[in-house]
Amino acid sequence: MKTVPKHVLVAGGGVAGMEAAGALAEMGYRVTLVEKGDDPGGHLLQWHALFPDRRPADEVRSYLRKRAGHHNINIITRTTVEKVRHHPGGVRVILSGGTEEEADAVIVATGFDLFDAHRKEEYGYGIYDNVITSVDLEAMFNRGRLEKADGTVPSRIGLIHCVGSRDEKVNNNHCSKVCCVTAVKQAIEIRQMLPSCEVFCFYMDMRMYGPYYEELYRESQEVHNVNFIRGKVSEASVNINNRLVIKVEDTLAGRPLKMELDIMVLMVGMEMAESGAKLAEASGFRQGINRFLESGDHHYGNNLSGIKGVFYAGTCTAPMNITDTISHARAAVAETVRYLKA
Amino acid sequence: MMSATGANKFGFAINRSRMIDYDSSDRKVREYITSREPSFRLCFACGGCTATCTAGQHTSFNLRRMNTYIRRGEIEPLREEVTRCMLCGKCLLVCPRGVNTRNVVAVAAEAIRKLERNEL
Amino acid sequence: MNSDLFVIPFNLGLYFILIYSVVRSVAWFRSLSRPDKLRLQRGFFGRPFMDSLREIFMESLLHRKIFRKNPVLGYMHMSLAFGWFLLIVFGTIEADFFGEKHLNPPSHAIFFRWFNPEHGAEGLARIYNVWMDFLLAFILSGLLLAVIKRFTPRMMGMKKTTRHTWTDRLALTSLWLIFPSRLLAESFTCGAHGSGSFLTGNLGSALASFLPAAEIAPWFWWLYSISLGTFFFMLPISRYFHIPVELFLIFMRNSGITTGDRHSSYTEVQTHACSSCGVCISVCQMSYAAGINDIQSAYFIKGLRNDRDISAITANCLMCGRCEEVCPVGIELGPMRLIERRQGERADRTLSLPERYSVMRKRSVTEKVPTQSYGYLVREEPEKAEVLFFAGCMTHLTPSVIAAMKRIMESAGVKYRFMDEKGGVCCGRPLMLAGRDREARELINHNSDIIWKSGAKILVTSCPICYKVFRESYYLEATVMHHSEFINLLIEEGSLRLGYLHRKVVYHDPCELGRGSGIYEEPRAVISYVAELLEASQERSMSLCCGGSLGNLTLASGKKAMIAADAARILTMSSPDELITACPLCKKTFVQATKTKVSDIAELVAAALPAPSKRVARRRSARATVRANDAG
Ligand SMILES: Cc1cc2nc3c(=O)[nH]c(=O)nc-3n(C[C@H](O)[C@H](O)[C@H](O)COP(=O)(O)OP(=O)(O)OC[C@H]3O[C@@H](n4cnc5c(N)ncnc54)[C@H](O)[C@@H]3O)c2cc1C
Ligand code: SF4
Ligand code: SF4
Ligand code: SF4
Ligand code: SF4
Ligand code: SF4
Repeated sequence: MKTVPKHVLVAGGGVAGMEAAGALAEMGYRVTLVEKGDDPGGHLLQWHALFPDRRPADEVRSYLRKRAGHHNINIITRTTVEKVRHHPGGVRVILSGGTEEEADAVIVATGFDLFDAHRKEEYGYGIYDNVITSVDLEAMFNRGRLEKADGTVPSRIGLIHCVGSRDEKVNNNHCSKVCCVTAVKQAIEIRQMLPSCEVFCFYMDMRMYGPYYEELYRESQEVHNVNFIRGKVSEASVNINNRLVIKVEDTLAGRPLKMELDIMVLMVGMEMAESGAKLAEASGFRQGINRFLESGDHHYGNNLSGIKGVFYAGTCTAPMNITDTISHARAAVAETVRYLKA
Repeated sequence: MMSATGANKFGFAINRSRMIDYDSSDRKVREYITSREPSFRLCFACGGCTATCTAGQHTSFNLRRMNTYIRRGEIEPLREEVTRCMLCGKCLLVCPRGVNTRNVVAVAAEAIRKLERNEL
Repeated sequence: MNSDLFVIPFNLGLYFILIYSVVRSVAWFRSLSRPDKLRLQRGFFGRPFMDSLREIFMESLLHRKIFRKNPVLGYMHMSLAFGWFLLIVFGTIEADFFGEKHLNPPSHAIFFRWFNPEHGAEGLARIYNVWMDFLLAFILSGLLLAVIKRFTPRMMGMKKTTRHTWTDRLALTSLWLIFPSRLLAESFTCGAHGSGSFLTGNLGSALASFLPAAEIAPWFWWLYSISLGTFFFMLPISRYFHIPVELFLIFMRNSGITTGDRHSSYTEVQTHACSSCGVCISVCQMSYAAGINDIQSAYFIKGLRNDRDISAITANCLMCGRCEEVCPVGIELGPMRLIERRQGERADRTLSLPERYSVMRKRSVTEKVPTQSYGYLVREEPEKAEVLFFAGCMTHLTPSVIAAMKRIMESAGVKYRFMDEKGGVCCGRPLMLAGRDREARELINHNSDIIWKSGAKILVTSCPICYKVFRESYYLEATVMHHSEFINLLIEEGSLRLGYLHRKVVYHDPCELGRGSGIYEEPRAVISYVAELLEASQERSMSLCCGGSLGNLTLASGKKAMIAADAARILTMSSPDELITACPLCKKTFVQATKTKVSDIAELVAAALPAPSKRVARRRSARATVRANDAG
């Protein structure tokens, strides 16, 4: 006897959404993957090489593309999931433009938004030419050219940690987890590209929480001569030579420090996605004090939304790296299947 | 005029050991400040305030260090320093922990004055 | 004749309050400073006296200001004050005109009906009677509202009402009893004699129809007299003391006396002139936006009056000035608070009885022990400049404001020097707001020295906090201008070429610039020149505080955020493209509180500057590189 395969809708086509869709499709479920942007891939589309091993991001992208290319998956792009509602027959999903979809279960994988560096005005993003974000730096790596706005080669670059994270002034008290190690990774890449360029990381705490992260940190010092200064940069300005000047306290030396830089890179953090928050509001999902989606249980129910047939996957619940995002997506799939079989 | 105990307290400075003796440290100032300005507890020693400090451009005043010293009960090095803040409020706009920095300085100055007069 | 004894309580009370007023006025006068005494003497024989009479009529009797804010409340105050006033005036005329002899003692006017029970049967007197009854009814309608307000303040549009002490309660009770007892006294007398008009006559005959009116009447005349007497006796030690004191205050103010910077009999008079009306409470954002309900000016003044330790109340205020703006008595609440902030520690104590009744209470005037000192500042030798630009401490954390000012001044060809380009010394205002004037002086002297030496004609600042102190507490030759004024000047003299931005914006008046310094028009002129300016529901003198005020040393960041969120919500109600302010601190505070784009007025103007042509820009940056290479 052949039964009609159950239908799962995945909201958001980033790492989490693609992995979840792929895993479900492989098990024979019918999947609709709805992505707001032009293509699935999420933030991963912007990265050049990945920590901790600096493998090309393309390798992971092609893995995910293959996974989401399964014939059981129907990908709808340029479409936003606006609301989901459980009813006795399943879950009704309202998409942008007013179209409705009927599904047996929904996985929410709406991801994160990058912190908008303009909001930290004192760092001068958008005001001074050579203030860029870690994302802009990835774009430079992708282009294979690392230069100042006027086309000259930088001789000193500073990486500023915790921009938009751990900062009550921008209403974000949480740690974004990935930016410390991203800074170390990027510092190494800069040193490899421009061996004569000095690199400084300005950090409050080095949060090397993942496997091989601490080793990467060590390597950056041992092999690549990256400098680390413990202190939060308070502000930046430009001097008459049009060079950036930052103010920071070298808290380990116990004295304020001023330094000229050619390029200042802001390690922007992760925030709850705006489109995810709208979906949450419309659908009655709980949001935590960090505004990310709050799951049913922090320890053993991390994929549960509290609404029947709706599950969470990836960074819509908290900042995480790709490894954890993929694991989290697979766990969401396990919960979904358990629900559908019950 | 300093009372005997008050003089004693600061008298230790002459041959104070290099080590912070936490167990015999004076917690009165810390307690006074925390009770009057609870946000004092939030400081995570990032140094943002010190980096931006208007007074710190002209003198050795260092709010981050002051916070740390007070927590450790090391009051002696602060007696001079605490008088130098201008209450300008720049640090307030920078502090990522929302410490009410200006009031911390104001209350600390008050506490140290009281300690000297043996009123704490 | 024996039955006329009931006038004694009234007479005692009246003579007591008259003598008391004279003694207290003399005491206050004597402890004024010499210049203030002169002002008052000159005022007595000049225009100030007439002005005061007019003001007393408009404010103390008609309560015009309260009327405008809250018509029901205004009517309540007016009917009681003006109605009573008219009752006395027309009562006196009545007694003089219809009484047996001229120039009666006051009790004859007040208790006219008792002495002339048959009066008003016909002719003119009959019409006059209608008028007197009407006045009584007028007062009673106000009294009814007062009773309603006392028990359900919300119905009167009041968010909060002030708390009462036992003396207040006794005074209040006697005040409330005055007019009902007069009504009943007159009615019983009229009922017994078949006289009286529509109110007393009708009520009187109704009561007389089933009660022995003639026997009951004296009881109510006694009650009437006792209520009046008690009220007069309680007056100096209850909140109603403000009524006579306010008259004195009006005269002092019209004579040119101001609060100054220390306690004086003027602060004492202001303290007692507060009517505890609570208007200041309902406009205070600390109350309705941050839920802090014990620091408002009414409580502050009350604490002063009772000589409590109010240091926490005094400190926990934004110094936004909204309450001062609405205070119907015109108490200078900001300066009063600053004086109190300058005070050293004072123990909390309850007043002893003699102190409570004493004519003049000496407030301790110990100044705070200085805790700060800036001997470390080194004198500077600045370069000469026509225009000096002082960004201000805070502005260094809003670099887009500095960048915008630089572009504007360059575009207008202004030759300026950037006084605090590498970071300057604080202007001193934050210290003054904390009641540390002596220490602020050190900073003021340091900065003044630099400004004088630069020979500048104009001192431009981007920070309203600096602006206020430069204007008020610095002795300078240079004209002090906030950048909004300066940009307005540049536009007016035609040195700025600006395009028009198709944006709808709302302007927020920063406290220190608007209420603090009276600059409302220039920023609006500038904005209207480059964009469409929408109106905000609370603007100009009733503009909201952003919550970030440096005037409050103790407020926690969470509470500030609540005030900011509420203010931002109200300001962006018309969904503007941008929220414009003119203060770096407001900008920083609002950015955190709203999704609407927040910009400084200088940024808005810089956006309207013609874009530098590409070629020039490239040439400039090429030059910069060459210079950088040279330097390297
Ligand atoms: C600067 C930076 C560098 C990083 N580098 C690395 C690295 O080197 N190695 C590593 O392991 N990790 C790295 N990460 C972390 C990695 O980017 C994340 O773990 C990963 O992108 C999370 O995937 P996601 O699917 O949860 O979210 P996202 O990548 O944000 O994807 C979410 C997708 O959902 C879509 N979407 C959102 N809302 C809706 C909606 N309502 N309807 C439809 N679609 C919607 C979005 O358009 C988006 O495509 C980095 C992160 C940052 C910030
Ligand atoms: S990971 Fe590092 S840089 Fe990122 S928020 Fe946490 S501590 Fe800051
Ligand atoms: S308020 Fe005091 S500690 Fe803070 S920046 Fe100003 S001078 Fe420094
Ligand atoms: S900025 Fe705040 S958290 Fe950082 S050191 Fe200063 S007081 Fe502490
Ligand atoms: S201070 Fe002014 S507004 Fe406030 S209660 Fe007194 S009189 Fe009314
Ligand atoms: S100045 Fe402002 S904060 Fe202070 S009491 Fe008046 S209205 Fe409230």
